[in-house]
Amino acid sequence: MAELAVELRNVWKRFPGPGGEVVTAVRDVSLKIADGEFFALLGPSGCGKTTSLRMIAGFELPTEGEVFIHGRPMGKTPAFQRPVNTVFQSYALFPHMTIGENVAFGLQMKKVDKGEIQRRVGEALEMVRLAGYEKRKPKQLSGGQQQRIALARALVNRPEVLLLDEPLGALDLKLRKEMQLELKKLQREVGITFVFVTHDQEEALTMSDRIAVMDAGVTLQVGNASEIYEHPNCRFVADFIGDTNFMDGTVAEVDGSKARVVLTGGMALWAHIPKAVIVTPGQAVTITVRPEKMHLRPSADEINQLTGRVTDIVYIGTDTHYGLVLNGGQAIRVREQNYSPESRLLAREGEEVIVRFSVDAARVLTE
Amino acid sequence: MFQRFRENRGLQGFLLILPTLIVMIALLVIPLIMTVITSFGQRNADGGVIYTFTLENYWRLAGFTPEGWDDLYLRILLRSLWLALQTTIIVILMAFPLAYFIARAPERRRNFYLFLVLIPLWTNFVIRIYAWVMILRGQGVLNSTLGMFAGMLNLPFQPFDFYPSQGAVLIGMVYEFLPFMILPIYTSLEKIEPNLYEAAADLYANPVRTFFRVTVPLSMPGVVAGTILTFVPVIGTFVVSDILGGRQVILVGNLVQNQFLSARNPPFGSAASIILLLFTLALTLYYTRRFGLGEEIAAG
Repeated sequence: MAELAVELRNVWKRFPGPGGEVVTAVRDVSLKIADGEFFALLGPSGCGKTTSLRMIAGFELPTEGEVFIHGRPMGKTPAFQRPVNTVFQSYALFPHMTIGENVAFGLQMKKVDKGEIQRRVGEALEMVRLAGYEKRKPKQLSGGQQQRIALARALVNRPEVLLLDEPLGALDLKLRKEMQLELKKLQREVGITFVFVTHDQEEALTMSDRIAVMDAGVTLQVGNASEIYEHPNCRFVADFIGDTNFMDGTVAEVDGSKARVVLTGGMALWAHIPKAVIVTPGQAVTITVRPEKMHLRPSADEINQLTGRVTDIVYIGTDTHYGLVLNGGQAIRVREQNYSPESRLLAREGEEVIVRFSVDAARVLTE
Repeated sequence: MFQRFRENRGLQGFLLILPTLIVMIALLVIPLIMTVITSFGQRNADGGVIYTFTLENYWRLAGFTPEGWDDLYLRILLRSLWLALQTTIIVILMAFPLAYFIARAPERRRNFYLFLVLIPLWTNFVIRIYAWVMILRGQGVLNSTLGMFAGMLNLPFQPFDFYPSQGAVLIGMVYEFLPFMILPIYTSLEKIEPNLYEAAADLYANPVRTFFRVTVPLSMPGVVAGTILTFVPVIGTFVVSDILGGRQVILVGNLVQNQFLSARNPPFGSAASIILLLFTLALTLYYTRRFGLGEEIAAG
């Protein structure tokens, strides 16, 4: 791994709660973010991702642990002395200043000379394609434009790390999709490390080099998009990223990285055991299989074949979704791609079918 | 009929403002017109008004009396302006830190603090000002307390006479109008999005620079509103100067009051009040043009 831009080492954050109790927002989080990386903190609201970001920015100080920026421990360094800049969810543009004054603010505080400020503000506005907007007030701009100004105001300072707190959250869907690609492109151009907080798994998958999935103050899994999607290490990650099926069962036999699991209801299957998971025979486990990795088309050379009954069929154009109840009562969904006209006719409601999937598609999870 | 009423937005609006309109016309517009007419009149021997058209009252206010040059009234006007200016500046300097403290306090406590600010207003205005007489006079609370401490420390102490004086009037004015500055400044400070402070810190502004570049400019609507709420009443008030200034501190308000009640010269009193009105209006207009009423920031 290249030089580290940001490191969180065993960071905890506790807040006093409204009733005098202690609320732990972040528990023992350790993260290593490489220089030049586009890194996402992904999780539902209240998972500690924003608090983690705010501790990098210096708006909050860790209760325990240490934040490093390019190897330097930040300790109690206040926000205004940290070499990072933030793009806020609400943009936080100064309403009493013009766009030009907003973008120049950081450089003025750093006492950069006037000519240089003017040149860099011009460049920054050009970079976000809003050249010529210097004299306007923030309120005269649309949400998308304000968002880009917030970006320019942060990037004009050439921070060591750019922190983005759900920066696209307030935009409508179409604009958000555009900005996702634009942000990604911009990050490649400027080469600055981006740390990005989002609750939108699709956004995280689209934009990030790596993703840390958080829940209840803990980082559950860190990896690139396909690792997180294809190799979830726990039930929460599998569930939070994309759609998936869960089936409960008991381990009958372990063979290297595979396990034979007997499902509730008696049918058995073979599933892959992820590296982080350790199981022994007799243990209750959850099996996860993505719906698009299950098939209704018969094939003899698959080990995992389960029988079930079709309960509903939803045709959505590219795919058809089949709802099934397996013998034994567990409900699953199967997604078949409609690459030929016959795809629609794989099964009828109420019909008994065989669902097959590979050993690698099924994963054993313990929590 | 009812259907037509429901569709007639104009009529609905008119009915809504009608009660206020009646009160304003009866108690503000008509008296104002009468005052203007009276100010061009003359007094008769027993304090009545002869309705004629003369500028004599206005000339006299400007210093040109039948007996020759006399700047008595100009000095009264200047003294009123100076006192109003002093009061406003002191009140701003005192109110700002307090409003800032309340606005940044935990949300649950803010209402309690505001309640404390408003408590004095529950007592009658005149009683509150009289209380200051008790504090400031020669044998008052202030002197006896200071004397007690001086006695404990074996220091010589000469009780000072702070009442009646222009200083006592100033203290009374500041005390009286402080809440009217705290509330509007608090309101604009409270409206500042906390993210803006963080954004300033994020952009390398230390707390002092954040205060002057973000907090102060964004609180200006409150300062402007508070200034109008302070300066305008102070320049016209007569009760505070009457009670705390003895007969020594004559302000425009006292002049108007004296002309109507003691000197029995309603035309001159009317002219003085019209001049006061025009002065206040001109200053307020200039001030709001210069600094804005803050709508630009408040309403975006």
